[in-house]
Order: sequence, then structure tokens, then C-alpha cells
Amino acid sequence: MDLIFEGILKAFHLLITFDPEVMGITLLSLQVSGTATLISLLIGISTGTGIALAEFPGRRFVVSLINTGMGLPPVVVGLFVTIFLWRSGPLGFLGILYTPTAMILAQAVIATPIVMGITLAAIQALPKNLRLQILALGATRLQMVWILIKEAKLPLLAGVMAGFGGVISEVGASIMVGGNIRGYSRVLTTATVMETSRGNFDIAIALGIILLLLAFLINLILTQIQQRERPR
Amino acid sequence: MNGSPPILEVKDLQVIKAGSLVLDIPALMVEEGEILSLIGPNGAGKTTLLQTLARLTKPSAGEFFFKGQKASPNPSELEYRRRVAMVFQEPLLFDTTVFENVASGLKIRGMQRPEIRKIVAENLEQFGISHLLYRSARKISGGEAQRVALARAFATRPEVLLLDEPFSSLDPPTRESLLADLESILRQTKTTTLMATHDRMEALRLSDRVAVMNQGRILQVGPPAEVMNQPLDEFVASFVGVETILPGRVIKKNGGSFVASIMGHEVEAVGEVELGESVVFCIRPENVTLAVHPSKESSSARNVFPGKIVKIIPLGLYHKVQLHCGFPLVAYVTGHSLENLALTEGQEVVASFKATSIHVVRKKGGRV
Amino acid sequence: MRRIYKIQILVSAIICVLLIPAWTPVQAQQKNIILATTTSTQDSGLLDVLLPIFEKKTGYFVKTIAVGSGQAMTMGQKGEADVLLVHSPTAEKKFVAEGYGVNRRLVMHNDYIVVGPAGDPAKIKGTKATTEAFKKIASAGALFLSRGDNSGTHSKEKDVWKASGINPEGQKWYQQTGLGMGQTLNVASEKNGYTLADRGTYLALKKNLQSNILAEGDAILLNIYHVIEVNPAKWPKVNAAGAKAFADFMISKETQEIIKTFGVDKFGSPLFFPDAGKKEEELGK
Repeated sequence: MDLIFEGILKAFHLLITFDPEVMGITLLSLQVSGTATLISLLIGISTGTGIALAEFPGRRFVVSLINTGMGLPPVVVGLFVTIFLWRSGPLGFLGILYTPTAMILAQAVIATPIVMGITLAAIQALPKNLRLQILALGATRLQMVWILIKEAKLPLLAGVMAGFGGVISEVGASIMVGGNIRGYSRVLTTATVMETSRGNFDIAIALGIILLLLAFLINLILTQIQQRERPR
Repeated sequence: MNGSPPILEVKDLQVIKAGSLVLDIPALMVEEGEILSLIGPNGAGKTTLLQTLARLTKPSAGEFFFKGQKASPNPSELEYRRRVAMVFQEPLLFDTTVFENVASGLKIRGMQRPEIRKIVAENLEQFGISHLLYRSARKISGGEAQRVALARAFATRPEVLLLDEPFSSLDPPTRESLLADLESILRQTKTTTLMATHDRMEALRLSDRVAVMNQGRILQVGPPAEVMNQPLDEFVASFVGVETILPGRVIKKNGGSFVASIMGHEVEAVGEVELGESVVFCIRPENVTLAVHPSKESSSARNVFPGKIVKIIPLGLYHKVQLHCGFPLVAYVTGHSLENLALTEGQEVVASFKATSIHVVRKKGGRV
Repeated sequence: MRRIYKIQILVSAIICVLLIPAWTPVQAQQKNIILATTTSTQDSGLLDVLLPIFEKKTGYFVKTIAVGSGQAMTMGQKGEADVLLVHSPTAEKKFVAEGYGVNRRLVMHNDYIVVGPAGDPAKIKGTKATTEAFKKIASAGALFLSRGDNSGTHSKEKDVWKASGINPEGQKWYQQTGLGMGQTLNVASEKNGYTLADRGTYLALKKNLQSNILAEGDAILLNIYHVIEVNPAKWPKVNAAGAKAFADFMISKETQEIIKTFGVDKFGSPLFFPDAGKKEEELGK
């Protein structure tokens, strides 16, 4: 138990002194997971909405694929992305293995199905005739989609938080494709694993606490946006 | 009516859903400014027709014309949808303020803020909900929500208004109040309206014409009195109800009762009316008493009219007697009475009914 | 209502600014070297000292991928790494013999130790030959923790078992953690078991551990580090120039000096012993 206490103290110390290495790791965590989440939003919300509103043969199959994707084991994603990015792999020419870019890629692959699946469910949960009512008000298809997305704001933001939460806490893929290189591709989660394997439990716990704080802050902001809509 | 073409004209319109023909209308014309009601059971195709006319559903065959111009798939679909508004059974409001809801159609059209504010205020005023301006749409009652939905539709100044059973989710008093308000607004703005409804009395009160639909077809269309008094077939008859519908105008008032002129005859009834007002009398056949010699059967009925039997239709337990006594009238007579009075077609009889048995419908305008 | 939009735009702008640096342009390939090494090497902290010097001197950017020895050599076999710094002589020799590596050069050594509970139930303290110590542990049925992860440490441990003629696999007292050195030491300390560890990691964690050094100094416990360049003839895509530069750096006089004194101020004794230029057979106390 005093290990945890030591860890809390260490966390405070690192934060208050703005320890440069820890600041760097934290910023990189935010950058990588933030970018990956943004990408997943762009792809996930647009595709999820599209599928929710469309009818085509094999739709149910596609939806179950997406739902399965929501539970993709991150470490498996990491493995596949690594194989693709190897020098001898199909995308090897990009030369992005062991870079933050590769981490963003892997995390985007993990987060996108989550955002897509939740968007799909959220849009489908809207009243059946709402889409028609919006069109009847004279909206273009694009305007209609935008209004529907706004109407589903509550569950969609939950999806954003789920996507972000899934990748900020992810470690398997990040280690594999990033390499945990000091000052370059090391993030909070990978650093925690490394410190643990070295036996530096106090630092590991401190990093863990910082990660929790970071995740909490981000989700606080997102929750504010989600729950704000108290018209006078 | 006037020389201009009908605002909407339907030709051989067919809609097929899941392999079955849900809408089949060879012809239908809607005049500008008229209010046309669609009545029929569930699944009759009312919603399909409205959605097709709103261009929310694509017809499988046939076409329809808007102001003489063919309504083809593209490019004018968006433009069309911006000139035609539709309101559904549920208000389907957006999760924001009442203001934003009513403004939504205008924002979609790219209108500027100041102008939007003006129009929204006007429409809220018209529907009596100005006090709800900044209320959240989630915190208003069902009746208020439906008013917001209607205000939202009206704000876009539609040339055709399509209403899909807009009152059916409301309780009777709310329904009554909204109906009255909607009626005056529609008459005032002379908006062409197609309204689907279950309620015959609503149709009667609001519309210039009624179309009875079943299984995707229109069985009969015409002024309410005509459709209800002279149903073309069994189904229409069973759907429109049994009352005799008599349009008239109030010429005398006397405390709680009044006299209306119906096709030149004075008929007394009970109710709150204005002098000169248009009214519609609904008389149930079982409230009509027939006598062969007026002096013999004296009753407390004030309305006594001599006339002639046009037709007698046996309906099992009783007989339906259609007669004309200055205006068409239908009475039910038991087989027993039929024998007693020895009623035959062409016979002269005297029909009477109590003033209190007349169901009075006040009609603000339009045809009956 | 306008206010809400302004706030949203502001938040989005902040996020974008925050995120721009993450899109680090992919550095020129030629300036990158992928160094595959072991977790224990990285955990010792030696590379944290050496690499900045190397990078400053040559302008290369070294991507250190710390994995188990087995994975490091597999990466070399696939041409996914440019240069290896590993300590599994048997496997390394095979690696070079099969043509995957070239210029295998001796860099340094440290040693392994056998640690165990203060009570020493198998009574191995003072035993000169490690193989004897292992035999005692086996016959006493005392708890032994193995890393079981194909790392250099694990290979060494297997070599010693083999030399003692004992097969510990499947025995009740033999547990495999599959974890890194630091964690395995912690487990051994918690469970009062024996384990084989590299001196450097043990020294770093000593204050938290309840285990003591019970056997050391035997030649078999030497942990010898070589730097191997991946063969560009087999894998043209490797950064051969960079690999050579790194390898040359590791055996250079200045670097060897740094290795000699690394760890002294922290632990009182150096963690590594520089051996560049020597022959492998010469090593041993």
C-alpha cells in the first residue's frame, strides 16, 4: 500500500516540477491519441451515419462486422499494422515503423470501429420519421445528415469518449508499432510498462496516475460539451 | 373554380412497397387554396400518398404535376421540397429551444438572423405560443409541441401543406383548441392543404373536399356532405358514418336555440352560434321519426317536414329509408313500424326530429 | 447562441495547435538506424548515456527497439533492424554462420549472479561452480524462477541447466514468469525463490529486494555483448553505413572508456567491463 502512496507522491513531484521527460511523454500521449481519435471521428461518424441511413443487400453483415470491430484486441491490431509497415511489408516503403505516425495509424484503426458502431446505433435510435421531417423542411441531404448528427449528440459524444478512452489507455499496439523510443515514441502507457518491467514501481504508478488525470481532464471537457444544452 | 390549373394533379400514380401495390391513384386534382381530407382505415395509403406528394417517397409508376409542371426526379426536387411542407403525427421536434425549432426551416434556406427572428415571432404568435420562445422543446406539453411543429411548417410559407393525422396523438380538449386555431389560420392564409385523418368530424369541419381511401385507392372524393350522404359503396358508407349531413346558415337566434336555413327550409337546433354563421347539421337516422298522417302522431319535435320516400333498403333488423323533404334525409325504421305504417317507395310521409337531437358543427368557411 | 460557436471554434483551434507537432515528418531514411537490443541492456541505462553522444557526433537518429534476444535476432534475420547489440553467443554464432550478420565484434561483458532468499534452503552459498549450485537447487526442490522469455538471461540459464545435466521443465519447483528481469527479481524476492539475474539489474533494484547474491564469479556466468551489423547483401534496404557507424562507435576508445566507468557513482562498482579488441575466449576472472 505504501507503494501506491509513494507513487502518488512521485506523481505530484513530477507534475509540480514539470519534469521535462514526463511532460514530453504526456504531451506525446495526448498528441498521438488525440490525432487518432480525430481521424476515427472523421471516418467513423461519416461512415456510421451513412450505413445507418442506407439500405443495401448485406447490410446486416456489414453491421455485425463493425460491431465485432468494436472489440478488436488492440495487440492484434498492433501485430497486423507492424507486419504491414515492416520494410518487407506492403507499406514498408513509407518507412513509418517505430514512429509516432505509426502509432497514430494503429490507434486510429482501433478507435474507428468503436466510433462507427456507436454512431450507427445512435443514428438508428432516432425517431423513424425524423429524417423525413427534416427533408420535408427543405433540407439538402447534407443538411439532413448534419441535423441528424446534432440530434444524436448525446450518444455520439459518448462514442467519442469511448474511442478516445480506448486509445489513450492502449499499450500493446503502441509498443509494437512505436518501439517505445525515448523522447520520440514513448507515451504514458508504454513508459508505464517499461518502468514496471524494470521494477520501478513508484515511477510506474506515478505515470499511471498522470495518465488517469489526463484521461479525466479530457473526458471532463467532452462531458461538458455533451451535457451542455440547457437553454434558458 | 377559376381558370388556373389545379395546384396538384396526379396521373396514374402507383407506389409499390415490399412487392405489393400500396398506392394506386389513376387521377386526383387538388385546387389551389382548398383543404382536402383523406380519410380511411390504417394501411389505406393515406401516409403513402402524402409522402409521395411531399416527394419523400418515389412513385413506382405514374407522375404528378405541381402547378402544371411535371414533378420529375431531379433537379427540382430540393426546390419542390422547399415549397411544400409536411407535418407528421408526432411533433418530431429538435432537441433545442422552441425558437430554434421554428427557425430550422428558415436556417436551412440560409435566411439571415434578423429576418428569421421576425418570422419566428409572427408564427409563434399565430399559434398562440409566443410565451414558449426560449423554452426547451423537451419541456412542453403534447399540444404545445404539435403547435410548434405546425408553426415550424408554416414559417416556411409553404404553397402546399401536408398533414398526416396531426391531431390523433392529442387528447380531445387539446385537439379541439388546436383544430379551431388551425382552421382559422388555414382559411386566413388560403394555404392548400391535404390532411389525413381518422376523425370524420374533423374532416367534415375542416375540409372543402373529402377523399375516402382504402387499400391504396381513392373510392370517393367530393364535398363532405356529398360523400357522407351519398356514399358510392358499402365500404365508404360504413366508413363515413350514418348521419345525414345538412349544410346551412344561421338566420335566427333565440336564447339557447336557433334556426338555420337548410336549402330554403327552416330547421331548428340547439347550440352556441352567431347569426349568419355557416353550420352543418348532422342527424342520426334513428332520431328521425316517420308518420303518415301528421295530425295523428304528435310529438314534441319542432322540426316537422312533409316529404316523399325515395328508397327503402332492408338492413336486417331495421330498414333504411331515404326520403326527400325539401332536403335529403335518412331514417331508420323497424320492420314492425314499416308494416304498421305500410311504407312504400314513393309514398308521402311526414318526417320529424327533435331540435336537441341535431349534432351541430360550426364551419368557418369553405364548402360543405 | 453565437457564444457557443465561438467557444467550440476556440477549443478546436487549441486542439489543432496541440496536435500539429505529432505529425512529425518522416525523417530521411538514411538518417535513421534501427538498433535491436535487449530489454536488460536498455534497462541498464547505458544506452541512455551513449546514444546522445553518438547522435550528436554523427547526426544519426537511433531507434532503439528493446525486445528479447530471440526477437532481436529474428528482426535481424528479416532485415527489419540495421544493427544488433545482443548477448547470446550461441545464437549469435548461428546468426552469422547463416549469413544474416556481418562484423560480429566484442563490445563488453558483465556477469550474471544467482540470487536467492537469505535463508538459502538449498545451501548453495559458497559453491564455486554454478552447475553445482543448480544441482543443489534441483535436489532440494527449492523454488526457482525463470524468465522463460527467450531473452539472453533465459538462454544463459538454459545453458547452465544443460551443463548441469538437469532438465527443470515441468518440475514443480521450476516456475516461468515470462516477465522482464526487474519483474522476475521482484517475484523471486516476494516468493523467496532463486533466480538467475544480471548484476546490473539486481544492483539497480537491490534496495527493494529481499534476495541476496548467493553465487557469482563462475566463467559460465559471463554475459558477453557483441555488436553485429545486419548483412546488407541479404537485405539491401538496411542502413549499412549507419550500422557500421554505430558498431564502430561502440568499440571506439572513447566509448569504451565511458563503459568502463558507467554505474560506478551510482552502485559503487561498474555495471559493464569493456572488451573491445579482445578475443572472447580470453574473458573470465
